[in-house]
Amino acid sequence: MSSRLVPTERDATGRGGRPLRITVDGVPADGIAGQTLAGLLLASGRSSWRQAPSGAPRGVFCGIGVCFDCLVTVNGEPDVRACRRRAVDGDEVTTGSRAVPRPTDGPESGTGEGQ
Amino acid sequence: MPAARRVAVVGAGPAGLSAAQAALAAGARVTVIDAAEEPGGQYHRTVPAAYAPRRPGHLQHGWRAFEHRRRRVLAHPRCTWLPQTSVWALERPRPGQEGPPRLHLLCSGPADGAGRPRRTLDVDALVLAVGAHDRVLPFPGWELPGVCTAGAAQALAKGERVAVGQRVVVAGSGPFLLPVAASLLDAGSQVREVLEANTAATTARGWGRRPWELAAQAGKAAELAAHAAALARHRVPYRTGRAVVEARGDGRVEEVVTARLRADWSVLEGTRRTVAVDAVCVSHGFSPQLELPLAAGCALGERAEPGSDTAGTRASGPSGSRGAPDAFVRVDERQRTSVPGVFAAGEITGIAGAAAARAEGAVAGWSAATGGSAPRDPGTRRALRALRRSRDQGRAFAGRLARAHPIGAAWPGWLRPQTVVCRCEETDYGSLCAAFATEAGAAPRVAKLNTRAGLGPCQGRICGPTVAELRRRLAGDAPDRPAEGLPAADPHRRPLAQPIRLGELAAPSAPLTGPGHRPEEESSS
Repeated sequence: MSSRLVPTERDATGRGGRPLRITVDGVPADGIAGQTLAGLLLASGRSSWRQAPSGAPRGVFCGIGVCFDCLVTVNGEPDVRACRRRAVDGDEVTTGSRAVPRPTDGPESGTGEGQ
Repeated sequence: MPAARRVAVVGAGPAGLSAAQAALAAGARVTVIDAAEEPGGQYHRTVPAAYAPRRPGHLQHGWRAFEHRRRRVLAHPRCTWLPQTSVWALERPRPGQEGPPRLHLLCSGPADGAGRPRRTLDVDALVLAVGAHDRVLPFPGWELPGVCTAGAAQALAKGERVAVGQRVVVAGSGPFLLPVAASLLDAGSQVREVLEANTAATTARGWGRRPWELAAQAGKAAELAAHAAALARHRVPYRTGRAVVEARGDGRVEEVVTARLRADWSVLEGTRRTVAVDAVCVSHGFSPQLELPLAAGCALGERAEPGSDTAGTRASGPSGSRGAPDAFVRVDERQRTSVPGVFAAGEITGIAGAAAARAEGAVAGWSAATGGSAPRDPGTRRALRALRRSRDQGRAFAGRLARAHPIGAAWPGWLRPQTVVCRCEETDYGSLCAAFATEAGAAPRVAKLNTRAGLGPCQGRICGPTVAELRRRLAGDAPDRPAEGLPAADPHRRPLAQPIRLGELAAPSAPLTGPGHRPEEESSS
């Protein structure tokens, strides 16, 4: 574990912190109200929660909603940017993967809109 | 008295909030739109209200002035504040009709939620102040978890009090590395070193030219000095001419390889060093968020050299920098873009920092509210002159910044054939080199379909400028042959500016109503 929340007693913003609990793939994870899902996941010691097409792990990269690396499913809604969504007590977060069976790859199987 | 003009401001950072304040002062009805819950943008990102902070201004520069402006704007009876709202598309007027585009909004919902109400908004003037995000050049291993942008580390430290790592290297180029390192130290991280890729000679030359201009930037200088003092207090080395050229680790970053660079950012062999880290925060500059300006039809150009005859930006010449990483929205003296009724302010017109963004925003807000006509009363004229002076000082600062922290041309030397360039689709450097080796394959749309670079969820926001730059270098000026009826390819062109769910798209849309845009409900103030 390397990323973490600044402990209340030495946080110069003098913050409070109402606890909340979410689940990540069914496993409980604790955080505080106001955290984004990405902040909560990082503070709970996770560094990655999504897989790129090759299966390589991904977590937070841009942190401000631009790179879409941190996508999760929240209460059944897919493709939610974890760095922009505030955690709500009881959220059920499911991590995901873009890893696909290789042979189906091709230009026509794209998910993007192109230009 | 004529009906008050309706102005929409997209983005509530320093530029947007300042634009809203000026437009309100000039008598307009103003709608302020931002994706976040609170105004402030990235510069004034602060902990959420739910944290109940006793000192929300901790780590904030200019906090009291910002608080004051925020209250004035949001509480104004002619202001409608739309937090957590995305502009997902701009619809240009039909041929023959004038005026700014219609805004298509996804209103007031949790980020990427489902079933957010879809609204349209028609205004007399539109101010775009959507800002920028970190530009990160690829290097081997940059896709490993634990490697993040400097902006991510800053957003998490300032906005959530989360430290991205305990042993961190901050690397890249530009003065932004300093506040990020300072925030990490404040959050309790050990910053092992801060690496500026440009050599000491380059930065000294850039900052040292025309030193008298710096006097006008005393605020900025004091801010940077405070960060430098924090680094010194914690004995964090600041090294110039050195960069992170590789990140390594099993499933996450465990160490970085740093190397000394020449002025062109080529690696000096024999200078590689390995540093153990659990996070590395990188920024090589900023990319303006250009999808909305492009959707509105705004012309782009390079930022003009400060002190040159042309104010603002100059058009790209025939050599073509359209879509180049250094392309910004072209604006005139009054912050007007090339599209009637559309104004631009802040980082999308050139990376110049918060003070310049505020001045540009005020000029843009004034112009938007008055239709760009010259003010009659001497007081306003004086105020506008002072704002333009402040903006020009900011632009001079931006020029200095660009000269002191350029991106060195030899950075692709850090790459290996298998280095990921497009993070989403994992397109590697070797595939791009192969694609750009033939004239037919190098056409942007062909290369995109063949290599998939830019086709993933981020829609080329991260790799777009890099791929465009690699294409220019490897394919030279090979002509783009746009398919019939399609505009020329551009790394920033995204018809859907923000993701929208199919269910939301299918749901009917209604015009937005409220005090910002319904004249019959205008309050007497």
